[in-house]
Amino acid sequence: MRRYFSRKLLIYGLTFFVAVTVNWLIPRFMPGDPVAGMVARANVAQPEAVEAMRAYYNDLFGFDQPLWQQYVNFWGAMFRGDFGISIWLFPTPVSTVINGAVPYTLGLIIPSVLLSWVVGNRFGAYAARRKLLDNTVLPVGYVLTAMPYMWLAVLLAWALGVIAGLFPVAGGYSFSMRPNWSWTFVLDLLHHWTLPFLSLFLVALGGWAIGMRNMIIYELESDYSNYLSALGAPARLIRRYAFRNAVLPQITGLALQLGVLVAGALVTEIVFAYPGLGSLILKAIQNQDFFLLQGTFLFIVLGVLIANFIIDIVYVVVDPRTRAGMAGAQA
Amino acid sequence: MSLQVSELRVYYRTLKGEVRALDGMTFELGDGEILGLVGESGCGKSTLGKSLIRMDGRMRHVGGTVVLDGQELPIGDDRAMNDFRFREVSLIPQYAMSALNPTRKLRKMVTELLRSRGSAVDTAELERRMDQVGLPREVLDRYPIELSGGMKQRMVMVISTLLDPSLLIADEVTSALDVSTQKAVARALLGFRESGYVKSMIFVTHDIALTHHIADTIMVMYAGRLAEKAPADVIVKAPRHPYTKLLLDSLPEVGVRYADRRLEGIPGSPPSLLDPPTGCRFRARCPIAGDECAQDPPVAELAPDHHVACWKA
Repeated sequence: MRRYFSRKLLIYGLTFFVAVTVNWLIPRFMPGDPVAGMVARANVAQPEAVEAMRAYYNDLFGFDQPLWQQYVNFWGAMFRGDFGISIWLFPTPVSTVINGAVPYTLGLIIPSVLLSWVVGNRFGAYAARRKLLDNTVLPVGYVLTAMPYMWLAVLLAWALGVIAGLFPVAGGYSFSMRPNWSWTFVLDLLHHWTLPFLSLFLVALGGWAIGMRNMIIYELESDYSNYLSALGAPARLIRRYAFRNAVLPQITGLALQLGVLVAGALVTEIVFAYPGLGSLILKAIQNQDFFLLQGTFLFIVLGVLIANFIIDIVYVVVDPRTRAGMAGAQA
Repeated sequence: MSLQVSELRVYYRTLKGEVRALDGMTFELGDGEILGLVGESGCGKSTLGKSLIRMDGRMRHVGGTVVLDGQELPIGDDRAMNDFRFREVSLIPQYAMSALNPTRKLRKMVTELLRSRGSAVDTAELERRMDQVGLPREVLDRYPIELSGGMKQRMVMVISTLLDPSLLIADEVTSALDVSTQKAVARALLGFRESGYVKSMIFVTHDIALTHHIADTIMVMYAGRLAEKAPADVIVKAPRHPYTKLLLDSLPEVGVRYADRRLEGIPGSPPSLLDPPTGCRFRARCPIAGDECAQDPPVAELAPDHHVACWKA
């Protein structure tokens, strides 16, 4: 058990290191110069002043140092919890900018991922035993799961937002409001949350339902199900066993899908101009904001890794076979 | 009489038509009798075993009756049959190695299974039976994957007989085991009958040598029909049906070197049951077939308890 987890932690650590390094590299290989942009924004005409500003900013962001030094500084600063200063929202620290966006993204991703997983599994298991449902609703699931997130988001925004006028199509809350803890604001928040949530939920739902349907059919035809039927066990018991065993690959699927789901959520946020990390990434790219981009990516990488680790632990708890594998140290 | 099967017909539905896997089987099984059921692959022996407890979706009960302890079994009605399963008829399946739910500890699985059939687990009785087949008690607190193949097999044997069924169907239980484990399984099955856990047993196999050791009666099937049924010794020492004779001849004998004489099988293969030939179904492969074999041979009792379906016997 200990060996298994220390090995897993090592792998996660390695992944983290590589991901963070790539995060650091990507903005620096983007074409364009962020300092030039900032200087241009300041609208200064004198060449000396421009030169002085350039030197000041380069020194402030550490761009005057050699690349390897910047890389080492970056790691050092990160462990101090310092993600630098945003270029786009200069001089707000990146951590403050991210802190403002994280609740929106988490509020979108966690419910949509978990609910679609739970509902999709239940629904798929149910459909597997009903011919009618199997033939009507599951094809819809195939269409849903094949849909790109942002496309469904655009469709929903158009149908429910623009045509039906039921939901707002942009923002995390009404532009006329200030965030506060009143019921009107919370309702407004939920109102804006519904469409992005729905588009994430529906796309993922189709995939889980299809996967579960196939797994349940496989489990219901397995030997242990046949044996229980031969001993006259009621269908309820057999289905319970089948469901429990069919859920295991779905848990693995969840771990594998997590990255895709997060990426989908980011794109969906952009469609709905939802003030989460996705919109932040777009802004950071548009403004050559290295530090904000790095910070946001770092946060996403951490989130995905932590979620995967949780799933690893859950898997060990629910599947005795992984524990047996650990005893043989094959894991 | 414990079990009376008469004119049982069970067909398989396939895309090409109906496969007559059981085409008019009639036989009886007495109280406390162990019947060894032998024959080539595809002769219908597994179909017979399945028909008596649970038909799969492709099987169709076409005709005939099965009476167990004076009650007719509704073998064609999956739901009505549930009342008889486990309590009256039970099964040790061919796939005993994978018959246990891999994610449940055995104690929990047994408890849940028995509760679903309206019985409580008598732990003392369960442990006594486990002792009898040589299973340590801590097995109950393990997952099936933590057991060896032989242990799983024995666990399934214990579970299947927990409700003391009248008839136990053991379907190819020894095919996947090595010789010493086969012996242990055979001994355990005999022990079950002695202890009264099961009254009678049908032992489906293609291993005549092993059947001879545990069965009282051996029934040889060919192409969905009964070929010969007689006490085990009689079948082995004085078979009357040409198919039984050839089947026995194709077995190697201990102490004989097969350098000079090659071990012969039975030439040809069993007829397709999709459209079986008229008359005796063994006719095409039979060395002594004659003109009368174009007619269906009736099952005749040539000697007490010795039934043969052959014109020439």
